[in-house]
Amino acid sequence: MTFVPHTERDRQQMLEAIGVKTIADLFSAVPQKFRFPKLNLPAPLTEMEALGELKGIAEANESADDLVSFLGAGAYHHYIPAGVDSILRRGEYYTAYTPYQPEISQGTLQAIFEYQSLIVALTGMEVSNASHYDGATALAEAVNMSRGIHRGARNKIIMSPGIHPQYRAVVHTYEDGGDLQFVGEDFDLSAGPDALIDMIDEQTGLVCVAYPDFFGRVYDYTKLAEAAHAKGALLAVSVNPTALGLLKPPGEMGADIVTGEGQPLGIPLSFGGPYLGILTTRNQYVRQIAGRLVGETVDNRGQRGFVLTLSTREQHIKREKASSNICTNQGLMMLAATTYMSLLGKSGLRQVAESCYHKAHYAAAEISKLKGFGLKFKDAFFHEFVMESPIPAAELNLRLLGRGIIGGYDLGGDYPTLANCSLLAVTELNSKEEIDYLVETLAEVAHA
Amino acid sequence: MPEPLIYDLGAPGRTGVQMPVPDVPLAELPKGLVRDNLPLPELGELEALRHLTRLSQLNHSILTGFYPLGSCTMKYNPIINEETARLGGFAHAHPLQPAEMMQGSLAVMYHLQEWLKEIGGFAAVSLQPAAGAHGELAGVLMIKAYHASRGDSKRNKVLIPDSAHGTNPATSAMSGYRVVEIPSDARGNLDLEALKAECDETLAALMLTNPNTLGLFEEQVQEAIEAVHAAGGLVYGDGANMNALLGIARPGDLGVDVLHYNLHKTFTTPHGGGGPGSGPVGVAAHLADFLPGPIVGIEEEGSEEMGPVYGWHQPPKSIGRLKAFHGQFGMHVRAFTYILMQGAEGLRSVAEHAVLNGNYLRVKLQGAYKVPYDRVCMHEVVLEGRWADAPDVHALDIAKRLMDFGFHPPTNYFPLIVREALMIEPTETESKEVLDAFVDAMLKIAEEAHTTPELLQQAPHTTKYGRMDEVKAARQLVLCCEIPREA
Repeated sequence: MTFVPHTERDRQQMLEAIGVKTIADLFSAVPQKFRFPKLNLPAPLTEMEALGELKGIAEANESADDLVSFLGAGAYHHYIPAGVDSILRRGEYYTAYTPYQPEISQGTLQAIFEYQSLIVALTGMEVSNASHYDGATALAEAVNMSRGIHRGARNKIIMSPGIHPQYRAVVHTYEDGGDLQFVGEDFDLSAGPDALIDMIDEQTGLVCVAYPDFFGRVYDYTKLAEAAHAKGALLAVSVNPTALGLLKPPGEMGADIVTGEGQPLGIPLSFGGPYLGILTTRNQYVRQIAGRLVGETVDNRGQRGFVLTLSTREQHIKREKASSNICTNQGLMMLAATTYMSLLGKSGLRQVAESCYHKAHYAAAEISKLKGFGLKFKDAFFHEFVMESPIPAAELNLRLLGRGIIGGYDLGGDYPTLANCSLLAVTELNSKEEIDYLVETLAEVAHA
Repeated sequence: MPEPLIYDLGAPGRTGVQMPVPDVPLAELPKGLVRDNLPLPELGELEALRHLTRLSQLNHSILTGFYPLGSCTMKYNPIINEETARLGGFAHAHPLQPAEMMQGSLAVMYHLQEWLKEIGGFAAVSLQPAAGAHGELAGVLMIKAYHASRGDSKRNKVLIPDSAHGTNPATSAMSGYRVVEIPSDARGNLDLEALKAECDETLAALMLTNPNTLGLFEEQVQEAIEAVHAAGGLVYGDGANMNALLGIARPGDLGVDVLHYNLHKTFTTPHGGGGPGSGPVGVAAHLADFLPGPIVGIEEEGSEEMGPVYGWHQPPKSIGRLKAFHGQFGMHVRAFTYILMQGAEGLRSVAEHAVLNGNYLRVKLQGAYKVPYDRVCMHEVVLEGRWADAPDVHALDIAKRLMDFGFHPPTNYFPLIVREALMIEPTETESKEVLDAFVDAMLKIAEEAHTTPELLQQAPHTTKYGRMDEVKAARQLVLCCEIPREA
């Protein structure tokens, strides 16, 4: 299927205007021996054929929709109101680019401004950027910000082992070979956040924790923030925004930077992306934040309007002195989250969060009654918890799959001490019937 | 009347979604951790959707008009891409499900890797980077890891042409390199002599955009790449302008060691108002082991009855993970769909017509506007938006006046080496009629610049909003609505 609209007559007229005989004549600057390579690609399909082909491929996936799923670990299956996709499908949004020309981009600009506002409200912070790639890269930018705020001094970063292992891996990729020293990742998993306090010293630039943490646990980080500040360090908290529908926001605990994965806010699982990186901070650090920011102003007719602002932080102005190399945001995913939060609002998001909480706690309570099963940690948790089973998690998951259940995330790979443990996520989409079926099935397959 | 802000809409007690009451016994909420105030707005469903729909109508977009934004490749985004990316099997696939259950997703990624290898002339591809700048970071980190693996520790500088995108120097600096700028010569090529003078044992890499941001194919690209390689450096290719090279030349054949693709430019995944992008990286054989991973490989070869079994593969010396999970998978499905509909001949036709359109605009606008590097261009043309006899008119004024004619302005003030630059990229999906209408507008504006300059200086006139006070925005920072802090 071609999307080139030119007729033969158009081509001839255009070539004549240019003053060349053939289109090939336009490529004489390309070294001849490499010009017009023969590409070995499948023969082109029409739209109808392509859709048929893609449907066939998609059916080779057994997705969370076909089965009962308790898999989360950073990507969550939530209900997405129909209105969200109706907005994302508007060509005015999805076929626009970064709003460099504010006069004809107020739709995107105001939507970003509202996104920034909603995220500020949700996190209890003061400034949100226009979004980042995902939760992992947003955390990497937090580390980068800390370096900028401390102007290169304080090269020790404390990272809790309760941060998503893939997020920590991304931070290390970004910082590999740099001058930062990371500590804390091998810390006792049961120790809780206050144990991190002892590691904070005058060299510490940033303390990174997650809320809920990777194991679903929730803590009040107020003391940790105070301890960090007492030594001149900052606190970054990586959040799941659904939890903030119910729980005290990290902004109220004294966090300096809040990052997070915005996928639960109306974005489909989509095999891991595109998702949404949340990145927020305090007013005093606004000049060190990475990525786009939208600010309010007025036009020359006196109307309120919005523009990209503080772009002197950015790569297209500052080049090698920029605060980050990022030049996009996750525009469409930002719009999904904005629409989702606008629709759910104050009561809806609280309902989703409470529903997740109660269902997860019901599941945990029922599983705890099973012989040989138990909860690995005793701490408060949100909608995920670590289940210890009498057999290795990998084997357990295989058996569950045989009964149509996608089990939890097998923690043994990332945490050798948790070989018989899996991380179970329960959301509002899991009915009591599904949870009961899980519990029943666990009892049967574990001792088979 | 501007559209109200979301916090000015709604009313206490209203909601746009009702969630079912939990069907399980209620648990006790965690003490001391429940928030007492969730200051989100309260809108009904219609109210929220009407607000966001009305906002959408304030945007210029590809679907509503010509968008010749240079270096951004604002081409038509096929609607079918939106359908295929939303197929249930893809949209509801959890990224941590075992590979055996996700053979459909892995097949899409495997074939896209293979096709991008073929299109760019590379030995291996990783789809993990989230955007072009992220692909650049991957590429520069790989170059760094490559030199380190050879014990070659003296290499601390990256050469970047003065015409390059700002992301190139920003990425190099992020990766700990010193940036040395290389000037352009009179024909708009990288200055070969200046380049050679920097080719020494401290050279880590050259970052090269080809065609460059002047829309010109580097005429001495082979000599430049040979000089860098001879000094032990590597060549990073910025694939922003790959739309001009599809089926025309393969960067890998030219000697580029690593290149990022922009799926949101070349392969029609939507720009989404500023993202998500997707920036896969392709590499020559000597860098394959360093790719960010995991990538998709074949675990078991297929037979006539059965397809192959795909699995995850971590390159042995990988720079590591650049993103959680597997990259912007939804964009992979869209690019896969597009390439499937193009095939080899379709892709070559894309580049040919992109270049035909670029040159057509070049010759039609030449004369009325100065073309500073006057030779056959590729997919885009850079003009000067200034005239000696109209000193008070600037590129910005031309850009704003174009809005009155219903067009999105070109990129302006970039590349930095052209004064009052206007960078115009029409793309292959625009018809001759559209280009002719754009030319008419541009010629009219050139005339107005001399006769009625104030018409340009005060433009736009017909849009819903006029020029914004950007200084006020930066000085009196207002970055969010007033959030009601009371419960």
